[in-house]
Amino acid sequence: MPEIRNMTLNFGPQHPAAHGVLRLVLEMDGEVVERADPHIGLLHRATEKLAESKPYNQSIGYMDRLDYVSMMCNEHAYVLAIERLLGITPPIRAQYIRVMFDEITRILNHLMWLGSHGLDIGAMTVFLYCFREREDLLDCYEAVSGTRMHATYYRPGGVYRDMPDQMARYQTSKWHNAEEVAELNSNRQGSLLDFIQSFTDRFPQCVDEYETLLTDNRIWKQRTVGIGVVSPERALQLGFTGPMLRGSGVEWDLRKKQPYEVYEHMDFDIPVGVNGDCYDRYLVRIEEMRQSNRIIRQCVDWLRNNPGAVVIDDHKLVPPAREEMKGDMEALIHHFKLFTEGYCVPEGEVYAAVEHPKGEFGIYLVSDGANKPYRVKIRAPGFAHLSSMNEMVTGHMLADVVAVIGTQDIVFGEIDR
Amino acid sequence: MSESLEAFQDRLCGRFGAKLLSAKLAVNQITAQVPPQHLVEICTALRDEPDFRFEQLVDLCGMDYSAYGQADWETEDTTSTGFSRGVASGAVRESRAMPARYAAVYQLLSVTRNRRLRLRCYAADDPPRLPSVVDVWASANWYEREAFDLFGILFEGHPDLRRLLTDYGFIGHPFRKDFPLEGNVEVRYDPDQKRVVYQPVTIKNRVLVPRVIRHDNRYEQSG
Repeated sequence: MPEIRNMTLNFGPQHPAAHGVLRLVLEMDGEVVERADPHIGLLHRATEKLAESKPYNQSIGYMDRLDYVSMMCNEHAYVLAIERLLGITPPIRAQYIRVMFDEITRILNHLMWLGSHGLDIGAMTVFLYCFREREDLLDCYEAVSGTRMHATYYRPGGVYRDMPDQMARYQTSKWHNAEEVAELNSNRQGSLLDFIQSFTDRFPQCVDEYETLLTDNRIWKQRTVGIGVVSPERALQLGFTGPMLRGSGVEWDLRKKQPYEVYEHMDFDIPVGVNGDCYDRYLVRIEEMRQSNRIIRQCVDWLRNNPGAVVIDDHKLVPPAREEMKGDMEALIHHFKLFTEGYCVPEGEVYAAVEHPKGEFGIYLVSDGANKPYRVKIRAPGFAHLSSMNEMVTGHMLADVVAVIGTQDIVFGEIDR
Repeated sequence: MSESLEAFQDRLCGRFGAKLLSAKLAVNQITAQVPPQHLVEICTALRDEPDFRFEQLVDLCGMDYSAYGQADWETEDTTSTGFSRGVASGAVRESRAMPARYAAVYQLLSVTRNRRLRLRCYAADDPPRLPSVVDVWASANWYEREAFDLFGILFEGHPDLRRLLTDYGFIGHPFRKDFPLEGNVEVRYDPDQKRVVYQPVTIKNRVLVPRVIRHDNRYEQSG
């Protein structure tokens, strides 16, 4: 009789369904996973160590590159930590802008997740639908910050600048004639807020479209219902946060429970799952997109009627306007000091967390009173989620590993840091 | 969060008494310092007792305090020689003694009581050793592996203390303050040997902005 041995299978690090550079060593018994050992760190850039060698503001850009599909939310936690240590509060308009862009980021992230999760388990069409809407939201990023992904828009004390009064328009080119351009520009005639409002008007129907493709789809349900079930107790033990925790039925959302910025004035609901499987987490995230749309709408309405400053007026922390700097000696000195040395943050430690699209994204910041952080620890939600991989896939088939990676919403920028 | 932070702080001190070395309230957060011999006991009590119910270990973070309070430039007195940009790291030292060089910092979260708590546990030995809390919170597994990898803190009782983030065969603990920012080795493809080889780093770290500590009157009362 031949000897029967378990087979060890290397999944990744170059696998399209591994969502980046995940090497997963799977011990297989036939087609059933006996043990999964994720090897991470292939994208480790030592962001935390780099941050220790730079003045505070120069690390904001690194935060974008952690979870590179929800850029501004990462910045938010970092900026919040600095603000708490400095004891400053940004102007109310800046808080509304931040909340609005946090929610735009949440939709961006969930669209990316939905598209790639669908693609991983065999639904090609939804990917194309999702990227259609992502395009408009990335245009919003571009309009406020000048870049489509790595915005560096949030600053300690507020945001970099106010929103533009004129949304950028397409121009005729050899690929688009005047008629096509007029069609593309139809919702870009006004300000950025008008553009965002027109997005919020049609986005609920877009979500309906995704749901038509997936929610009652027999294949989709076969691939997700009952896969990767996590009980609420286990989810807490394993450090799950965000949709992973809510999918298991725990009603926990930092935006409601420990509100920051102006979330306490927002009217929205927290969706929770029942069974804690991949399908419930899918439903939770779909509903979160609808709720985010509601929040964006409320922010747009408020921002329209309440102009004002978007950054605090303290030139010890925020550089003066360029125009001012050219004429005023004191402004020039402030500018020079801020860009050559930065600002010193009082000695102390703080942990600031935000409800990131993937879960709780926290920054533990330790300052010894210098112009550079003494230690920055990034608490990435995906790290805790991926560490439960072994538990979630044991006993499942190989194909379900892909479904579980998808449902965890893995992004290696934040896990490896 | 109906109970105030001060009341919670009192309750914490009342429950654990002398087992806690200190419990400080700063920036609206409570940090308790825990001795290693009582760490697991205190953590289990914090998780299980209905008054605390810290079900989640949100984060575990290694710390190296060896360069705490060190600056590259003297900022109190004027200089007759001027400042050099090519600074030697840690040229100016203020005496801010920490109980030990290494520590682990635990961020706890209670979902039922909506409260956060931070524990800090100094590891005095060399190599630094701390008891593992894997049996209390399963999420500690990878966090402790990470702290071991980056700081070399040994967590006793951890079932599988392997490196997590660094390369296979990596030497050293990169987040220690004496580990250079640019690292010790770099990799390149060697066309003669037809494989990737390791060699000592050829780049030098350039300090663009020196580290300075300035005493600011606005923050004196808070610190």
